[in-house]
Amino acid sequence: MALRATPVPDNAPNKITVKELDFFYGDFHALTDITVDIKEKAVTAFIGPSGCGKSTFLRCFNRMNDLIPGARAEGLVSLDGQDIFETGVDPVDLRRRIGMIFQQPNPFPMSIYDNVAFGPRLQGVSKKAELDEIVQHSLERANLWKEVKDILGRGGLTLSGGQQQRLCIARVLAVEPEVMLMDEPCSAIDPTSVQKIEDLMAELKDRITIIIVTHNMQQAARVSDFTAFFLQEVAGDPAILVEYDRTSNLFTSPKDRRTEDYITGRFG
Amino acid sequence: MSKRITNAIALGMLWIAALITVAVLGTVIGYVVINGIGELSPRFIFTWPEGVAAEGGVWPTIVSTLYVTALAMVIITPIAILAAVYLAEYAVQGRLVGTIRFAADSLASVPSIVMGLFGLALFVEAAGIGFSMLSAALALSFLMLPIVMRTTEEAIRAVPKYIRWGSYGLGATKWQTVSRIVLPAAMPRIITGIILSTGRAVGETAVVIYTMGQAINLPVSPLDSGRPMTVHLYLLAMEGINLPAAYGTALLLMILILGFNLGARFFLRRNRKV
Repeated sequence: MALRATPVPDNAPNKITVKELDFFYGDFHALTDITVDIKEKAVTAFIGPSGCGKSTFLRCFNRMNDLIPGARAEGLVSLDGQDIFETGVDPVDLRRRIGMIFQQPNPFPMSIYDNVAFGPRLQGVSKKAELDEIVQHSLERANLWKEVKDILGRGGLTLSGGQQQRLCIARVLAVEPEVMLMDEPCSAIDPTSVQKIEDLMAELKDRITIIIVTHNMQQAARVSDFTAFFLQEVAGDPAILVEYDRTSNLFTSPKDRRTEDYITGRFG
Repeated sequence: MSKRITNAIALGMLWIAALITVAVLGTVIGYVVINGIGELSPRFIFTWPEGVAAEGGVWPTIVSTLYVTALAMVIITPIAILAAVYLAEYAVQGRLVGTIRFAADSLASVPSIVMGLFGLALFVEAAGIGFSMLSAALALSFLMLPIVMRTTEEAIRAVPKYIRWGSYGLGATKWQTVSRIVLPAAMPRIITGIILSTGRAVGETAVVIYTMGQAINLPVSPLDSGRPMTVHLYLLAMEGINLPAAYGTALLLMILILGFNLGARFFLRRNRKV
């Protein structure tokens, strides 16, 4: 944990900018008027009660919501100043730049090696030596190499839940993303593995921007530099972004009463 | 009546129903085994029928059956898989797709003798292919196609969403996701469906009797005619030529189908955990 000693400077560039974003599933208005700047090479946490649209918001960034029929977004989301909803933007290219880790570890039913090599192969890397190099490097970055280096041919699904999640992280790292979205990555795995993944996030943010959705406020407090608190005040109404600040400020001196209620309520 | 008695009666009925099912199956299998086991020998399996009473073996009929089944499988597998991929992954789910599914299900329930008649009219006569392995395989494929297509579609749908998300999340296109993730993951169940439909084809009589001919012949080219095991069995029994050989053939047929079913189970088991 010592690795994340230096705080992200105030003048750190914005990696993702969101302005006045509204989001709909068919007739259901899920999110309204979200405006937020995500800092580069920092960890940003989205917290809030279940069903408050955190995951929906997260999936806007790599346009994963495009896969859901009837889902649509209004407003601006830009990556490095480029509007990602513009017609010229191919979501397939976008997802190479913005990797995603899911709540349920989801290794493909193939070998550990093939799991990690999947992304590079999609991009046309086919030389064995080059793939070997990428696979080893990615597994090392995901702190999984030592555990699997002798069993690379074994199925990814034979690993433990925590190892599977790190395999999924290695799989994402293999395509060298600029941003990694993590949708409650630790909610389905054991505590020891959670520790490993949290350490990993601290190491990875030297090079990539991480956004994590979490139910666990202690986790948000431990791993993130910035925190955004989402809330759906009335059932059926769209959720809003209540407060967004440096994690240290948000947890110690929240500006909004609702944020305070939420974090103190949970901490008892 | 007290709840306890009602419960006991219900349980008793379920028991009896289950017992009857097992008893029927056991009787049929037992009867065929007892009557056919004496016939089974390498000679019976590997030699030709001889003489007026078709003594000797059934080798050409086994070859004809396996030949036509394999040919039908080769014809339907690519079509069924492509159609299922389209239905499960690409088609906009709505009335049209519902209609296609309904048509496939209806096709699967067309009486096989009707399919045989249709095969006779279309392939044997109109297309001029004649009584042959090819005509029979084409007619059989009409019967197998909807089964394989529907099981394949189910297999594709059974691939968990989050595995697909993982692929899309890495920047895979739809086709890359389907071809590299979804189909390989669904393959054990797809192959199981194919094997099961193969078992159906092996036991099919009505379709092949109209399309393959009856001549005892060892088929080499797809245009050769032949006599499948089921038809051989039918002729031996109905014309009273050789009842013991009929039971022998029946037993062989059952073993073959059982083999296919066990093969399918074994395959599915082995591939369940990767």
